[in-house]
Amino acid sequence: MTWAQFLSMGGFAFYVWSAYGFTAVVVVLNIVQPLTHKRKVWQGLRRGLDDGEEERHEEAE
Amino acid sequence: MKFIHKYGAPKRFYQLAGTFIPWFAGITAVLFVSGLYLGLYWAPPDYQQGDAYRIMFVHVPNAWMSMMAYVIMASFAATGYIWNIRLADILARVSAPLGASFTLTALVTGSLWGKPMWGTYWVWDARLTSELILFFLYVGYMALQASIDDARRAAHASAILAIVGVVNIPIIHYSVYWWHTLHQPASLTLTNQPKIYATMLIPLIVMSLAFMFFYLTMLCVRARSEILLRERHTDWVRKLVEGKP
Repeated sequence: MTWAQFLSMGGFAFYVWSAYGFTAVVVVLNIVQPLTHKRKVWQGLRRGLDDGEEERHEEAE
Repeated sequence: MKFIHKYGAPKRFYQLAGTFIPWFAGITAVLFVSGLYLGLYWAPPDYQQGDAYRIMFVHVPNAWMSMMAYVIMASFAATGYIWNIRLADILARVSAPLGASFTLTALVTGSLWGKPMWGTYWVWDARLTSELILFFLYVGYMALQASIDDARRAAHASAILAIVGVVNIPIIHYSVYWWHTLHQPASLTLTNQPKIYATMLIPLIVMSLAFMFFYLTMLCVRARSEILLRERHTDWVRKLVEGKP
């Protein structure tokens, strides 16, 4: 089987590749979004920690 | 109950999930690569549908997972509601976007399969309509969660929606038997011999396991972020953040 034959999917190329393409996009978004969110949560936590320390310094003064 | 409270502790789950995520992710990747090879290349074309039937290998796993994720979400929501287990609330909440994604993918890939086989992208048939309702249930659940700031109240209100929505699951499952629909009945059941050949069955099972492990992986990732966010004022999270500057 050649690449061209494989890609043509017996004449159903548009339907088959659209279905797999859409699935792939949704899967990738479901990886990227939670990882971005995770990074944001960690940034928020570190900032929260800094704020907390500043507060404590202010109290000491 | 003791077991639930021990492993139900968010801290404990955070650590446990952290250990398991790389393994789950690795298994997911291997299953996806082999499933795609088997489904797109190894399996021969169908004698009636030609190569179009290969859409099944993404459509059916997503349709299965759309229902499984809902049942899991509703079970966690009910557990959190009845016994006030915070971890159950969290797992219910993070299950929703994954389930909604599976549902949307099942609808879109089904539509792309319907056009060459039935001659139409969409019909208001019982199976398709009940699956669309499932999507709206997920969206409604997420909207309700997002609209209430207090975590406990959000969990309580949305749990009721999730539990009531469970009635839709048997409707989706039996729709192809109860009504004369365009959608075909199940090819695979737990009790009967499969109605499809092994060459089609194997890729279908591998792809289904791939999506199952994908769900498990991302559920853990999402749950860990949610746990950190909710427990940010506790000592163990402070120590964790200080340990990883």
